[in-house]
Amino acid sequence: MTFKLGLVLALAAAPALAQQSPYAEYQRMALENAPVELFELGGEELWKKRQGPKNASLERCDLGQGPGVLKGAYAGLPRHFADTDRVMDLEARLLHCMTTLQGRSRQEATKRVFGNADRPSEMEYLSAYVARQSNGMKIAPGRTHPKEQEAYDLGRKLFFHRAGAWDFSCASCHGEEGKRIRMSDLPVLSNPQFARPLMATWPAYRVSTSSFVTLQWRMNDCYRQMRMPEPTFGSDTTIALIAYMMATAAGEPYRGPAIKR
Amino acid sequence: MRHSLPLCFAAMLAACAAPATIGERPEVTTGDLDRITAVLKRDFHERGQAKMDRIELDAVQRLCNLHSDNPPEALAKPLEQAQFKAIPFPEGNLIGDWKRGERVAQSGRGSMWSDKPGVQDGGSCYNCHQLSPREPAHGTLGPSLAGFGKLRGTSAEMQKYAYGRIYNSKAYNVCSQMPRLGHAGTLNEQQIKDLVGLLLDPASPVNQ
Repeated sequence: MTFKLGLVLALAAAPALAQQSPYAEYQRMALENAPVELFELGGEELWKKRQGPKNASLERCDLGQGPGVLKGAYAGLPRHFADTDRVMDLEARLLHCMTTLQGRSRQEATKRVFGNADRPSEMEYLSAYVARQSNGMKIAPGRTHPKEQEAYDLGRKLFFHRAGAWDFSCASCHGEEGKRIRMSDLPVLSNPQFARPLMATWPAYRVSTSSFVTLQWRMNDCYRQMRMPEPTFGSDTTIALIAYMMATAAGEPYRGPAIKR
Repeated sequence: MRHSLPLCFAAMLAACAAPATIGERPEVTTGDLDRITAVLKRDFHERGQAKMDRIELDAVQRLCNLHSDNPPEALAKPLEQAQFKAIPFPEGNLIGDWKRGERVAQSGRGSMWSDKPGVQDGGSCYNCHQLSPREPAHGTLGPSLAGFGKLRGTSAEMQKYAYGRIYNSKAYNVCSQMPRLGHAGTLNEQQIKDLVGLLLDPASPVNQ
Protein backbone atom coordinates (compact mmCIF):
# COMPACT_ATOMS: atom_id res chain seq x y z
CA MET A 1 0.00 0.00 0.00
CA THR A 2 2.87 2.36 0.74
CA PHE A 3 3.99 2.11 -2.85
CA LYS A 4 0.64 3.35 -4.05
CA LEU A 5 0.93 6.31 -1.76
CA GLY A 6 4.42 6.99 -3.14
CA LEU A 7 3.10 6.91 -6.67
CA VAL A 8 0.27 9.27 -5.82
CA LEU A 9 2.67 11.70 -4.16
CA ALA A 10 5.04 11.57 -7.15
CA LEU A 11 2.16 12.23 -9.53
CA ALA A 12 0.86 15.05 -7.35
CA ALA A 13 4.27 16.68 -7.52
CA ALA A 14 4.52 16.18 -11.27
CA PRO A 15 2.53 19.20 -12.55
CA ALA A 16 4.98 21.50 -10.78
CA LEU A 17 7.85 19.70 -12.51
CA ALA A 18 6.11 19.89 -15.86
CA GLN A 19 6.32 23.66 -15.82
CA GLN A 20 10.10 23.50 -15.59
CA SER A 21 11.01 21.76 -18.84
CA PRO A 22 9.60 19.54 -21.60
CA TYR A 23 11.76 16.74 -20.22
CA ALA A 24 9.96 16.92 -16.87
CA GLU A 25 6.69 16.44 -18.74
CA TYR A 26 8.17 13.39 -20.48
CA GLN A 27 9.25 12.02 -17.10
CA ARG A 28 5.80 12.57 -15.68
CA MET A 29 4.19 10.75 -18.61
CA ALA A 30 6.66 7.89 -18.37
CA LEU A 31 5.98 7.59 -14.66
CA GLU A 32 2.27 7.60 -15.26
CA ASN A 33 2.37 4.95 -17.95
CA ALA A 34 5.16 2.60 -16.94
CA PRO A 35 3.85 -0.67 -15.61
CA VAL A 36 6.12 -0.93 -12.57
CA GLU A 37 3.11 -1.47 -10.33
CA LEU A 38 2.00 -4.40 -12.46
CA PHE A 39 5.35 -6.07 -11.85
CA GLU A 40 4.98 -5.51 -8.14
CA LEU A 41 1.51 -7.03 -8.15
CA GLY A 42 2.70 -9.95 -10.27
CA GLY A 43 5.53 -10.47 -7.80
CA GLU A 44 3.17 -10.47 -4.85
CA GLU A 45 1.11 -13.17 -6.51
CA LEU A 46 4.23 -15.31 -7.11
CA TRP A 47 5.45 -14.72 -3.55
CA LYS A 48 2.21 -16.17 -2.21
CA LYS A 49 1.78 -18.88 -4.81
CA ARG A 50 2.31 -22.47 -3.69
CA GLN A 51 4.59 -24.28 -6.09
CA GLY A 52 7.39 -26.82 -6.40
CA PRO A 53 7.58 -30.39 -5.02
CA LYS A 54 6.84 -29.07 -1.52
CA ASN A 55 3.81 -27.12 -2.76
CA ALA A 56 4.91 -24.17 -0.67
CA SER A 57 4.91 -20.40 -1.11
CA LEU A 58 7.87 -18.09 -0.50
CA GLU A 59 6.06 -16.37 2.37
CA ARG A 60 8.49 -17.81 4.95
CA CYS A 61 11.55 -16.80 2.94
CA ASP A 62 14.13 -15.01 5.10
CA LEU A 63 15.65 -12.13 3.16
CA GLY A 64 17.74 -11.00 6.10
CA GLN A 65 15.15 -9.38 8.35
CA GLY A 66 13.56 -12.65 9.50
CA PRO A 67 11.25 -15.17 7.79
CA GLY A 68 8.64 -13.38 5.72
CA VAL A 69 9.79 -9.87 6.65
CA LEU A 70 9.90 -7.79 3.48
CA LYS A 71 10.02 -4.26 4.86
CA GLY A 72 13.57 -2.93 4.41
CA ALA A 73 14.88 -6.32 3.28
CA TYR A 74 16.12 -5.19 -0.12
CA ALA A 75 17.88 -2.09 1.25
CA GLY A 76 19.87 -4.35 3.58
CA LEU A 77 21.21 -6.60 0.81
CA PRO A 78 23.63 -8.09 -0.05
CA ARG A 79 24.38 -9.50 3.41
CA HIS A 80 25.76 -12.60 5.06
CA PHE A 81 23.32 -15.41 5.84
CA ALA A 82 24.24 -17.82 8.61
CA ASP A 83 22.27 -20.75 7.15
CA THR A 84 24.33 -20.77 3.95
CA ASP A 85 27.42 -19.04 5.39
CA ARG A 86 27.43 -16.96 2.22
CA VAL A 87 26.94 -13.33 1.27
CA MET A 88 23.83 -13.23 -0.91
CA ASP A 89 22.01 -10.62 -2.94
CA LEU A 90 18.24 -10.54 -3.44
CA GLU A 91 18.20 -12.84 -6.44
CA ALA A 92 20.58 -15.44 -4.98
CA ARG A 93 18.48 -15.45 -1.81
CA LEU A 94 15.22 -15.84 -3.71
CA LEU A 95 16.78 -18.77 -5.56
CA HIS A 96 17.84 -20.24 -2.21
CA CYS A 97 14.24 -20.00 -0.95
CA MET A 98 12.90 -21.61 -4.12
CA THR A 99 15.19 -24.59 -3.62
CA THR A 100 14.76 -24.94 0.15
CA LEU A 101 11.16 -23.88 0.85
CA GLN A 102 9.62 -25.00 -2.42
CA GLY A 103 11.95 -27.96 -3.03
CA ARG A 104 12.68 -26.90 -6.60
CA SER A 105 15.93 -27.83 -8.31
CA ARG A 106 18.46 -25.11 -8.94
CA GLN A 107 18.43 -26.07 -12.61
CA GLU A 108 14.67 -25.66 -12.93
CA ALA A 109 14.56 -22.44 -10.93
CA THR A 110 17.33 -20.79 -13.00
CA LYS A 111 16.18 -22.05 -16.38
CA ARG A 112 14.89 -18.64 -17.36
CA VAL A 113 16.02 -15.94 -14.93
CA PHE A 114 16.07 -13.08 -17.46
CA GLY A 115 12.81 -12.48 -19.27
CA ASN A 116 11.78 -10.15 -22.06
CA ALA A 117 9.00 -7.74 -22.97
CA ASP A 118 6.61 -10.54 -23.91
CA ARG A 119 7.34 -12.79 -21.00
CA PRO A 120 9.05 -11.41 -17.89
CA SER A 121 10.72 -13.88 -15.55
CA GLU A 122 9.60 -15.01 -12.13
CA MET A 123 12.78 -13.48 -10.69
CA GLU A 124 11.92 -10.08 -12.21
CA TYR A 125 8.40 -10.06 -10.81
CA LEU A 126 9.62 -11.11 -7.38
CA SER A 127 12.45 -8.55 -7.41
CA ALA A 128 9.96 -5.76 -8.14
CA TYR A 129 7.70 -6.86 -5.29
CA VAL A 130 10.45 -7.22 -2.70
CA ALA A 131 12.41 -4.11 -3.69
CA ARG A 132 9.33 -1.86 -3.49
CA GLN A 133 9.05 -2.60 0.20
CA SER A 134 12.36 -0.87 0.83
CA ASN A 135 11.23 2.30 -0.90
CA GLY A 136 12.26 5.31 1.17
CA MET A 137 14.66 3.30 3.33
CA LYS A 138 18.38 3.90 3.40
CA ILE A 139 20.64 1.56 1.44
CA ALA A 140 22.63 -0.36 4.06
CA PRO A 141 24.19 -3.63 2.86
CA GLY A 142 26.01 -5.78 5.41
CA ARG A 143 29.53 -4.55 6.14
CA THR A 144 30.45 -6.08 9.48
CA HIS A 145 30.72 -9.86 9.00
CA PRO A 146 34.17 -10.97 7.76
CA LYS A 147 32.57 -12.54 4.68
CA GLU A 148 30.77 -9.26 3.94
CA GLN A 149 34.09 -7.46 4.15
CA GLU A 150 35.61 -10.12 1.92
CA ALA A 151 32.84 -9.69 -0.66
CA TYR A 152 33.29 -5.91 -0.61
CA ASP A 153 37.05 -6.21 -1.10
CA LEU A 154 36.65 -8.73 -3.91
CA GLY A 155 34.00 -6.57 -5.59
CA ARG A 156 36.22 -3.51 -5.40
CA LYS A 157 39.12 -5.39 -6.98
CA LEU A 158 36.88 -6.95 -9.63
CA PHE A 159 35.55 -3.51 -10.54
CA PHE A 160 39.04 -2.50 -11.69
CA HIS A 161 40.20 -5.91 -12.96
CA ARG A 162 40.98 -5.80 -16.69
CA ALA A 163 40.50 -9.09 -18.54
CA GLY A 164 38.77 -10.66 -21.51
CA ALA A 165 39.12 -10.34 -25.26
CA TRP A 166 38.89 -6.54 -25.12
CA ASP A 167 40.94 -5.92 -21.94
CA PHE A 168 37.99 -4.24 -20.20
CA SER A 169 37.20 -3.73 -16.53
CA CYS A 170 34.02 -2.14 -15.14
CA ALA A 171 36.12 1.02 -14.72
CA SER A 172 36.91 1.11 -18.46
CA CYS A 173 33.45 2.59 -18.91
CA HIS A 174 32.48 3.59 -15.36
CA GLY A 175 35.77 5.07 -14.18
CA GLU A 176 35.94 8.62 -15.49
CA GLU A 177 33.55 11.49 -14.95
CA GLY A 178 31.50 13.01 -17.74
CA LYS A 179 32.01 10.25 -20.33
CA ARG A 180 29.50 8.63 -22.66
CA ILE A 181 29.09 5.53 -24.81
CA ARG A 182 27.24 6.84 -27.85
CA MET A 183 24.65 9.09 -26.16
CA SER A 184 24.48 7.19 -22.86
CA ASP A 185 26.01 8.87 -19.84
CA LEU A 186 28.31 6.60 -17.84
CA PRO A 187 28.08 6.95 -14.05
CA VAL A 188 31.36 6.49 -12.15
CA LEU A 189 30.15 3.70 -9.92
CA SER A 190 33.21 3.72 -7.67
CA ASN A 191 32.28 7.26 -6.62
CA PRO A 192 29.46 7.62 -4.03
CA GLN A 193 28.32 10.84 -5.68
CA PHE A 194 27.29 8.85 -8.77
CA ALA A 195 26.73 5.40 -7.26
CA ARG A 196 24.15 6.68 -4.76
CA PRO A 197 21.50 8.02 -7.16
CA LEU A 198 22.03 5.12 -9.56
CA MET A 199 21.94 2.18 -7.17
CA ALA A 200 18.86 3.69 -5.48
CA THR A 201 16.86 2.98 -8.63
CA TRP A 202 17.62 -0.70 -9.37
CA PRO A 203 15.83 -2.98 -10.18
CA ALA A 204 13.89 -0.99 -12.75
CA TYR A 205 11.47 -0.96 -15.63
CA ARG A 206 13.33 -0.14 -18.83
CA VAL A 207 11.22 1.83 -21.29
CA SER A 208 13.52 1.20 -24.28
CA THR A 209 13.09 -2.58 -24.05
CA SER A 210 9.68 -2.64 -22.29
CA SER A 211 11.14 -5.02 -19.75
CA PHE A 212 11.93 -5.18 -16.07
CA VAL A 213 15.66 -5.47 -15.34
CA THR A 214 17.49 -6.62 -12.23
CA LEU A 215 21.04 -6.18 -10.96
CA GLN A 216 21.93 -9.79 -11.83
CA TRP A 217 20.86 -9.01 -15.40
CA ARG A 218 22.96 -5.83 -15.35
CA MET A 219 26.10 -7.75 -14.28
CA ASN A 220 25.41 -10.39 -16.93
CA ASP A 221 24.91 -7.92 -19.74
CA CYS A 222 27.92 -5.79 -18.82
CA TYR A 223 30.17 -8.87 -18.94
CA ARG A 224 28.64 -9.78 -22.30
CA GLN A 225 29.61 -6.39 -23.67
CA MET A 226 33.03 -6.67 -22.01
CA ARG A 227 33.57 -9.71 -24.27
CA MET A 228 33.96 -12.00 -21.29
CA PRO A 229 32.43 -15.48 -20.85
CA GLU A 230 29.11 -15.56 -18.98
CA PRO A 231 28.97 -15.08 -15.21
CA THR A 232 26.84 -17.73 -13.53
CA PHE A 233 23.58 -16.42 -12.05
CA GLY A 234 23.98 -15.57 -8.39
CA SER A 235 27.70 -16.41 -8.38
CA ASP A 236 30.05 -14.89 -5.80
CA THR A 237 31.58 -12.67 -8.50
CA THR A 238 28.27 -11.01 -9.33
CA ILE A 239 27.30 -10.70 -5.67
CA ALA A 240 30.69 -9.20 -4.74
CA LEU A 241 30.28 -6.52 -7.41
CA ILE A 242 26.74 -5.75 -6.28
CA ALA A 243 27.93 -5.64 -2.64
CA TYR A 244 30.70 -3.20 -3.57
CA MET A 245 28.38 -0.90 -5.51
CA MET A 246 25.60 -1.01 -2.91
CA ALA A 247 28.17 -0.23 -0.19
CA THR A 248 29.40 2.69 -2.30
CA ALA A 249 25.81 3.90 -2.45
CA ALA A 250 25.17 3.31 1.29
CA GLY A 251 23.04 5.91 3.04
CA GLU A 252 21.03 6.84 -0.03
CA PRO A 253 17.26 6.43 0.40
CA TYR A 254 16.10 3.66 -1.92
CA ARG A 255 13.76 5.01 -4.60
CA GLY A 256 12.97 1.96 -6.70
CA PRO A 257 11.82 0.07 -8.52
CA ALA A 258 12.34 2.97 -10.90
CA ILE A 259 11.81 3.67 -14.56
CA LYS A 260 14.78 3.86 -16.89
CA ARG A 261 15.22 5.16 -20.39
CA MET B 1 50.42 7.34 -20.26
CA ARG B 2 50.99 11.03 -20.70
CA HIS B 3 47.26 11.59 -20.25
CA SER B 4 47.13 9.88 -16.89
CA LEU B 5 49.67 12.14 -15.19
CA PRO B 6 47.29 14.96 -14.26
CA LEU B 7 44.74 12.37 -13.17
CA CYS B 8 47.33 10.75 -10.96
CA PHE B 9 48.11 14.08 -9.39
CA ALA B 10 44.42 14.75 -8.78
CA ALA B 11 44.06 11.31 -7.22
CA MET B 12 46.98 12.04 -4.90
CA LEU B 13 45.42 15.31 -3.79
CA ALA B 14 42.09 13.60 -3.19
CA ALA B 15 43.86 10.94 -1.17
CA CYS B 16 45.39 13.62 1.06
CA ALA B 17 42.01 15.24 1.68
CA ALA B 18 40.11 12.03 2.40
CA PRO B 19 42.13 8.96 3.34
CA ALA B 20 41.02 5.58 1.94
CA THR B 21 38.43 7.02 -0.43
CA ILE B 22 35.85 4.39 -1.24
CA GLY B 23 36.30 4.81 -4.98
CA GLU B 24 40.06 4.49 -5.20
CA ARG B 25 41.49 1.77 -7.35
CA PRO B 26 42.95 -0.75 -4.89
CA GLU B 27 46.55 -1.90 -5.07
CA VAL B 28 46.72 -5.50 -6.22
CA THR B 29 49.51 -8.04 -5.95
CA THR B 30 50.29 -10.96 -8.26
CA GLY B 31 48.67 -13.11 -5.55
CA ASP B 32 45.48 -11.04 -5.83
CA LEU B 33 45.46 -11.46 -9.60
CA ASP B 34 45.84 -15.24 -9.30
CA ARG B 35 43.06 -15.34 -6.71
CA ILE B 36 40.73 -13.20 -8.84
CA THR B 37 41.44 -15.34 -11.91
CA ALA B 38 40.62 -18.48 -9.89
CA VAL B 39 37.34 -16.91 -8.69
CA LEU B 40 36.40 -15.95 -12.25
CA LYS B 41 37.21 -19.47 -13.50
CA ARG B 42 34.89 -20.88 -10.86
CA ASP B 43 32.08 -18.33 -11.41
CA PHE B 44 32.00 -18.05 -15.20
CA HIS B 45 31.17 -20.49 -17.96
CA GLU B 46 31.75 -20.44 -21.70
CA ARG B 47 28.93 -19.29 -23.92
CA GLY B 48 29.01 -19.12 -27.71
CA GLN B 49 32.32 -17.81 -28.94
CA ALA B 50 33.22 -16.42 -25.48
CA LYS B 51 35.37 -19.29 -24.20
CA MET B 52 36.95 -19.57 -20.78
CA ASP B 53 40.44 -18.81 -22.09
CA ARG B 54 39.34 -15.16 -22.03
CA ILE B 55 39.62 -15.26 -18.23
CA GLU B 56 43.38 -15.85 -18.39
CA LEU B 57 45.48 -12.68 -18.18
CA ASP B 58 48.14 -12.05 -20.77
CA ALA B 59 51.32 -10.05 -20.05
CA VAL B 60 49.67 -6.73 -20.94
CA GLN B 61 46.61 -7.22 -18.74
CA ARG B 62 48.77 -8.49 -15.89
CA LEU B 63 51.12 -5.49 -16.00
CA CYS B 64 48.28 -2.95 -16.26
CA ASN B 65 46.31 -4.53 -13.43
CA LEU B 66 49.40 -4.60 -11.20
CA HIS B 67 50.25 -0.95 -11.84
CA SER B 68 46.78 0.64 -12.03
CA ASP B 69 47.30 1.28 -15.76
CA ASN B 70 50.44 3.30 -15.09
CA PRO B 71 53.43 0.91 -15.14
CA PRO B 72 57.03 2.10 -14.92
CA GLU B 73 58.56 2.93 -18.29
CA ALA B 74 61.19 0.18 -17.93
CA LEU B 75 58.43 -2.46 -17.86
CA ALA B 76 56.04 -0.77 -20.29
CA LYS B 77 58.47 -0.18 -23.18
CA PRO B 78 59.65 -3.78 -23.78
CA LEU B 79 56.05 -5.00 -23.68
CA GLU B 80 54.92 -2.31 -26.13
CA GLN B 81 57.75 -3.36 -28.44
CA ALA B 82 56.77 -7.03 -28.21
CA GLN B 83 53.15 -6.14 -29.02
CA PHE B 84 54.33 -4.04 -31.96
CA LYS B 85 56.50 -6.84 -33.37
CA ALA B 86 53.50 -9.16 -33.40
CA ILE B 87 51.41 -6.88 -35.65
CA PRO B 88 51.22 -8.46 -39.13
CA PHE B 89 51.41 -5.27 -41.22
CA PRO B 90 50.17 -5.91 -44.78
CA GLU B 91 52.33 -4.81 -47.72
CA GLY B 92 51.42 -1.84 -49.91
CA ASN B 93 48.61 0.68 -49.64
CA LEU B 94 46.62 0.38 -46.40
CA ILE B 95 43.85 2.84 -47.27
CA GLY B 96 40.72 0.76 -47.83
CA ASP B 97 37.15 1.73 -48.68
CA TRP B 98 35.97 4.43 -46.25
CA LYS B 99 32.30 3.60 -46.95
CA ARG B 100 32.77 0.05 -45.73
CA GLY B 101 34.95 1.48 -42.93
CA GLU B 102 32.05 3.67 -41.80
CA ARG B 103 29.86 0.56 -41.45
CA VAL B 104 32.56 -1.20 -39.43
CA ALA B 105 32.92 1.91 -37.23
CA GLN B 106 29.14 2.07 -36.66
CA SER B 107 28.70 -1.57 -35.67
CA GLY B 108 28.94 -2.33 -31.97
CA ARG B 109 28.79 -6.08 -32.53
CA GLY B 110 31.64 -8.56 -32.49
CA SER B 111 33.31 -11.00 -30.09
CA MET B 112 30.32 -11.13 -27.70
CA TRP B 113 28.75 -14.44 -26.75
CA SER B 114 25.61 -13.22 -28.53
CA ASP B 115 27.47 -12.69 -31.84
CA LYS B 116 28.17 -15.33 -34.46
CA PRO B 117 31.94 -15.36 -34.96
CA GLY B 118 33.01 -13.58 -38.12
CA VAL B 119 29.52 -12.32 -38.94
CA GLN B 120 28.70 -8.58 -38.92
CA ASP B 121 31.61 -7.84 -36.60
CA GLY B 122 32.30 -4.19 -36.03
CA GLY B 123 34.86 -2.02 -34.36
CA SER B 124 32.46 -0.21 -31.98
CA CYS B 125 34.43 2.94 -32.93
CA TYR B 126 31.54 5.38 -32.49
CA ASN B 127 30.89 3.97 -29.03
CA CYS B 128 33.94 5.92 -27.84
CA HIS B 129 35.14 8.25 -30.61
CA GLN B 130 33.81 11.13 -32.65
CA LEU B 131 34.55 10.40 -36.33
CA SER B 132 32.22 11.60 -39.07
CA PRO B 133 30.49 14.90 -38.28
CA ARG B 134 27.34 13.31 -39.79
CA GLU B 135 27.11 11.06 -36.73
CA PRO B 136 26.24 13.10 -33.65
CA ALA B 137 25.59 10.01 -31.48
CA HIS B 138 29.21 9.28 -30.67
CA GLY B 139 30.79 8.40 -27.35
CA THR B 140 33.47 10.36 -25.55
CA LEU B 141 35.60 7.70 -23.82
CA GLY B 142 38.28 8.07 -26.52
CA PRO B 143 39.63 11.22 -28.17
CA SER B 144 37.80 12.80 -31.10
CA LEU B 145 39.12 11.54 -34.44
CA ALA B 146 37.29 14.14 -36.51
CA GLY B 147 39.64 15.51 -39.16
CA PHE B 148 42.17 12.76 -38.40
CA GLY B 149 43.60 12.48 -41.95
CA LYS B 150 43.20 16.16 -42.73
CA LEU B 151 45.55 16.95 -39.86
CA ARG B 152 48.01 14.13 -40.49
CA GLY B 153 48.09 13.39 -44.22
CA THR B 154 48.17 10.02 -45.96
CA SER B 155 51.87 9.10 -45.89
CA ALA B 156 52.88 5.43 -45.75
CA GLU B 157 54.06 6.07 -42.20
CA MET B 158 50.69 7.49 -41.16
CA GLN B 159 48.85 4.56 -42.82
CA LYS B 160 51.02 2.16 -40.87
CA TYR B 161 50.41 4.05 -37.64
CA ALA B 162 46.62 4.05 -38.12
CA TYR B 163 46.60 0.35 -39.06
CA GLY B 164 48.80 -0.62 -36.12
CA ARG B 165 46.89 1.51 -33.64
CA ILE B 166 43.62 -0.21 -34.59
CA TYR B 167 45.19 -3.69 -34.75
CA ASN B 168 46.84 -3.34 -31.35
CA SER B 169 46.61 -0.08 -29.45
CA LYS B 170 48.76 -1.55 -26.67
CA ALA B 171 51.77 -1.52 -29.02
CA TYR B 172 51.74 2.28 -28.67
CA ASN B 173 50.50 2.72 -25.10
CA VAL B 174 50.60 -0.51 -23.16
CA CYS B 175 47.64 0.28 -20.89
CA SER B 176 45.54 2.04 -23.53
CA GLN B 177 41.82 1.62 -22.82
CA MET B 178 41.21 0.76 -26.47
CA PRO B 179 40.62 -2.91 -27.35
CA ARG B 180 43.26 -4.67 -29.49
CA LEU B 181 40.79 -5.13 -32.32
CA GLY B 182 43.05 -7.08 -34.69
CA HIS B 183 45.02 -8.92 -32.02
CA ALA B 184 41.74 -10.00 -30.34
CA GLY B 185 40.46 -11.37 -33.65
CA THR B 186 37.46 -9.04 -33.76
CA LEU B 187 38.47 -7.29 -37.01
CA ASN B 188 40.24 -8.81 -40.01
CA GLU B 189 42.82 -7.20 -42.27
CA GLN B 190 40.31 -5.83 -44.78
CA GLN B 191 38.11 -4.30 -42.08
CA ILE B 192 41.09 -2.55 -40.52
CA LYS B 193 42.20 -1.24 -43.93
CA ASP B 194 38.67 0.09 -44.46
CA LEU B 195 38.87 1.85 -41.10
CA VAL B 196 42.24 3.32 -42.11
CA GLY B 197 40.40 4.58 -45.19
CA LEU B 198 37.72 6.14 -42.99
CA LEU B 199 40.43 7.90 -40.99
CA LEU B 200 42.78 8.97 -43.77
CA ASP B 201 41.00 9.14 -47.15
CA PRO B 202 40.53 12.81 -48.07
CA ALA B 203 37.05 11.86 -49.39
CA SER B 204 36.00 10.31 -46.07
CA PRO B 205 33.42 12.29 -44.07
CA VAL B 206 35.90 12.22 -41.19
CA ASN B 207 38.05 14.68 -43.17
CA GLN B 208 35.31 17.01 -44.40
